[in-house]
Amino acid sequence: MSRPDGVTTHTLRLELVDEPGELAAALDPIAENGGNLLSVFHERGSRTPGGRIPVEVAVDCPAGKFDDIVDGLRDRGVTVVAADEEFYGEAFRVLLTGHLVDTDLSGTLREIENESSVSVEELSLTAPDGVEAISSAYLRLGARSGERGAALDRVRDIADEKGLTVVEPLEVGE
Amino acid sequence: MRLAVMGVGAVGSAVAKLAGQYGHEVVGIADSTGATLGDPLDVEEALARKQEEGVVGESPHEELLAADYDVLVEATTTTLGDAEPGFSNAVAALSRDRHVVLANKGPVAERYADLTAAVEESAGELRFEATVGGAIPAVRTVEDLGPGRVDRVRGVLNGTANFVLTRMAAEGLGYDHVLAEAQELGVAEADPSFDVDGTDAALKGVIVANVLREARGEDALSLSDAEVNGIEDLPTSALSLAGEDGRTVRLIVDASPSGVRVGPRLVPENGTLAVTGTQNIVQIETGHAGRLNLSGRGAGGAETASAVLADVGRLDPC
Repeated sequence: MSRPDGVTTHTLRLELVDEPGELAAALDPIAENGGNLLSVFHERGSRTPGGRIPVEVAVDCPAGKFDDIVDGLRDRGVTVVAADEEFYGEAFRVLLTGHLVDTDLSGTLREIENESSVSVEELSLTAPDGVEAISSAYLRLGARSGERGAALDRVRDIADEKGLTVVEPLEVGE
Repeated sequence: MRLAVMGVGAVGSAVAKLAGQYGHEVVGIADSTGATLGDPLDVEEALARKQEEGVVGESPHEELLAADYDVLVEATTTTLGDAEPGFSNAVAALSRDRHVVLANKGPVAERYADLTAAVEESAGELRFEATVGGAIPAVRTVEDLGPGRVDRVRGVLNGTANFVLTRMAAEGLGYDHVLAEAQELGVAEADPSFDVDGTDAALKGVIVANVLREARGEDALSLSDAEVNGIEDLPTSALSLAGEDGRTVRLIVDASPSGVRVGPRLVPENGTLAVTGTQNIVQIETGHAGRLNLSGRGAGGAETASAVLADVGRLDPC
């Protein structure tokens, strides 16, 4: 939405850790980058599968400053799930199975994150038969919608190298 | 129409049994050892002999291939590579200007170009609705929409794999346990390798891709062109993790003019593609008509025979 004064209105969907001060800290980058907070919708009872709290924010900001706000939030470690219509994290989930722990799970995650456009936003791991047996990890990866295909290719390559099985989402970006 | 039926498995025998109800006559049937002919054939008697003695008759296959029929129903076991004997049976009928209706996936998945070349030389026609999705009219729907206007076909096309995934997710049971249960129930065959390793689903995907590619003037694919992954290595814990996030795993076939991919995919638990048990679904994406979903029974003798007989019904007597 653009107005004659060059100010545009945007919506952001954030996911916050349930700790005191998190919301206030998340909103700082908005003001710092010239944004004017219009509303914060914070549904206390609603949680993501990883236990985070979804928050929807509407802001006004000078045209062209919105990307700075999103970057500022991300620099502060805030998970931006969606900015306007562009979803960053939504629907990009993968399952990895195999000898995840034996093959250095944190190394695997680091390699995935080395792709500058990808961030591991949530991880659930289960190893019912012990860490030396087959385990499974469910990852939620953040990547801009246009870069998800490349991100998924990277995950596939890493899994191939380590002999892991990837269960891809049906369609990246859907 | 006068039918010759090659193959007396679940599908071939169901076609022979049901043909009369559709107004057709059977002039002969053959299993792997021999054939029996009649004018028309007493199907009940021939199938009873198969049941009791294990064979339908001693006549050579050539005799049935040379008999006076309008349509050859090819329902022998799907084989990879040269797709024999199905391929040669189909070509033998086409060379006599007879129609061929396939339930056997091999010839259309592995030798599509050879087969269409034989069709071009023949006054007979080729139909193969029964090769994809059992009772679901997948090929017919793609043809009706115009294969050139269909961008992509996705779906769940193997009931055995789907049954296993459904049970694993719902009951938290292990792969081996569920597969053994499926075999006891007759859902899985004694050797279910092609079902669980994705081969069967991939053959169906290749068949659909060949139809889409033919309409665009592109060369036919075969199984070796498909990227295929199965469900054998999937631990139950992976399904549980997906379930915590409202998702589940399905063995999805993805066929487009550019190729075929088969593998386990994360899908929304209550989404269209997450059909349960032995159900199949075919999702057709088109430019003008949007997305169409067809679900139903993807296997079974009578179900697949209904697709064969629907094909027969679309043909004119020779």
